Amino acid sequence: MSALLGDAARRLRSNPAALCAMFFILGMVVLTLLGPWLNPNGSDSLDWLHVASRPALQSAHWFGTDRLGRDLFARTLEGTRVSLAVGLVASAVSLIVGIGYGAAAGYIGGRTDHAMMRIIEILSGLPLIFFVIFLTVIFGRNEYLLFLSIGAVGWLTMARIVRGQTLSIRHREFIEAAVASGAGTARIICRHVIPNVIGPVVVYATLTVPQIIMLESFLSFLGLGIQEPHASLGTLIAEGAGEMEAAPWMLLVPGGFLAVLLLSLNVFGDGLRDALDAEER
Amino acid sequence: MEPLLNIEDLSVDYTHGGMEIPAVRQVSLAVAARESVGIVGESGSGKTQVFMAAMGLLAANAAVRGRVRFEGGDILGVGAESLNRVRGSKLTMVFQDPMTSLTPHLTIGTQLAEVLVCHAGRSWREARNAARHMLDRVRVPEPERRMSQYPHELSGGLRQRVMIGMSLLCEPLLVIADEPTTALDVTVQAHIIDLLGTMRRELGMALVLISHDLGVVAGLTDRILVMYAGRIVESAGAAELFQQARHPYTAELLKCIPSLTGPRQQRMPTLLGQPPRPGDPDEGCAFAPRCARAAPRCRTVRPPLEDAGGSAHRVACHFPLPS
Repeated sequence: MSALLGDAARRLRSNPAALCAMFFILGMVVLTLLGPWLNPNGSDSLDWLHVASRPALQSAHWFGTDRLGRDLFARTLEGTRVSLAVGLVASAVSLIVGIGYGAAAGYIGGRTDHAMMRIIEILSGLPLIFFVIFLTVIFGRNEYLLFLSIGAVGWLTMARIVRGQTLSIRHREFIEAAVASGAGTARIICRHVIPNVIGPVVVYATLTVPQIIMLESFLSFLGLGIQEPHASLGTLIAEGAGEMEAAPWMLLVPGGFLAVLLLSLNVFGDGLRDALDAEER
Repeated sequence: MEPLLNIEDLSVDYTHGGMEIPAVRQVSLAVAARESVGIVGESGSGKTQVFMAAMGLLAANAAVRGRVRFEGGDILGVGAESLNRVRGSKLTMVFQDPMTSLTPHLTIGTQLAEVLVCHAGRSWREARNAARHMLDRVRVPEPERRMSQYPHELSGGLRQRVMIGMSLLCEPLLVIADEPTTALDVTVQAHIIDLLGTMRRELGMALVLISHDLGVVAGLTDRILVMYAGRIVESAGAAELFQQARHPYTAELLKCIPSLTGPRQQRMPTLLGQPPRPGDPDEGCAFAPRCARAAPRCRTVRPPLEDAGGSAHRVACHFPLPS
């Protein structure tokens, strides 16, 4: 495993685009975490003297303010933090659930596999927006519901991928050898199946982070996601879109952050895939 | 006293596309403690299937009938959990292809030690020590360094030594070696066969050696069973089988072994024809269509496996070769 990771790290280092994207992502994470200390303006404090002011480096508000006089830089950083958190948490949830479910279905096989995959098909048949509205109506507006509903959809594809990978190694001899040496089903899945399918799965997971951020932004844009006074990139973009003729920066600042973040995550994910399965090139 | 492994009337059938494909037909055999038995037959004769059934390793579409007892307890049809108490510790298997039988992402040391942690309940530290000791016993050079290496860093011969070491870790009563040398080149083959013989003498376990190569089986086993089309056709002590095979199939097989001495033959002798295919009617002797001694009776009446004189020499043929 360590030799494998060493090779992968070396290949990743020789890919300038992926490396660049990685530094962008790291920089953004650091910025969102340190942001409150760099910026004297709070994300929810109102500055009545500068309502909807333009971005200007010499003023107190580098990226300008919104309709209520809140500092756009502080709000964008908060939004980025929330978006990243949603993306990472929901991806982690979908990774864990998807791997467990997919590996079990693929390894056990037969009727169990059949039933488990039908459940996935039924769930993936539910329209997401309808599902979220439904949950919102029943339980009221709640950020955790957003995590839950995004996670509930995210693991389906992951489980399918893990199952496919599991089927491809299911009848390899080392699995048979493990059965012959008396290892139980749970042990075989954890020790022999999952570690051998993890490569493509991790790559897919890095590519789900931007997808989920996009999904969250989309839901928030529609008003189904993060609620005021909290902000995510989606709610900021929705707000900015309303003012885009008079104050384009309100749209461009969070929009730019989202674009750079998604681009970096995608480029990094691609680089990671190239580094991890070198033989596929 | 009941033998260590006792297989009675074992049949294995595969269902494929609505058709029943028999792989093993009413095979009975026994392996005594500390005995070494060779199973010989060509591809598809069912020699591997018999023991796969005993280990509970058959595919989901296989139907097994009969009885398999190990150490006096039934092991056929019991759940995976009770089977796991036996397989891997008292009853182990060495597979054909060492290139693919080791999990690629775990180090040799971890894989070996895990067997002991699992079955003997040892601590990881003890298990790793025992694993290193075992690598040394199966003549793996530099065991300390090998422990932290991954399977792909080892050659085929070394990996097969590791596999053999793994099968011996829990001091098994019976090791089933399924064509352990087929995937290796000839010089390494000899070493592996040698190793199996040495380990058997040192540890005193019983050994079942499955092979299509009579030469491989010859030096290592006390008794040889010849299988053809899912049945045992002849069974005899190793020396007796080589000196006076009674079944025409065995005799033909023996003729196919190239000899180092004597006049050189123009062509290597081969068996004419093909073994019966799955859909063929199961009547009479399966070898009859390829047999020079076949009479009309051979095509209609199946010869039972009967005593043929000598020490426990048994043969299934209406017209066995004279002894």
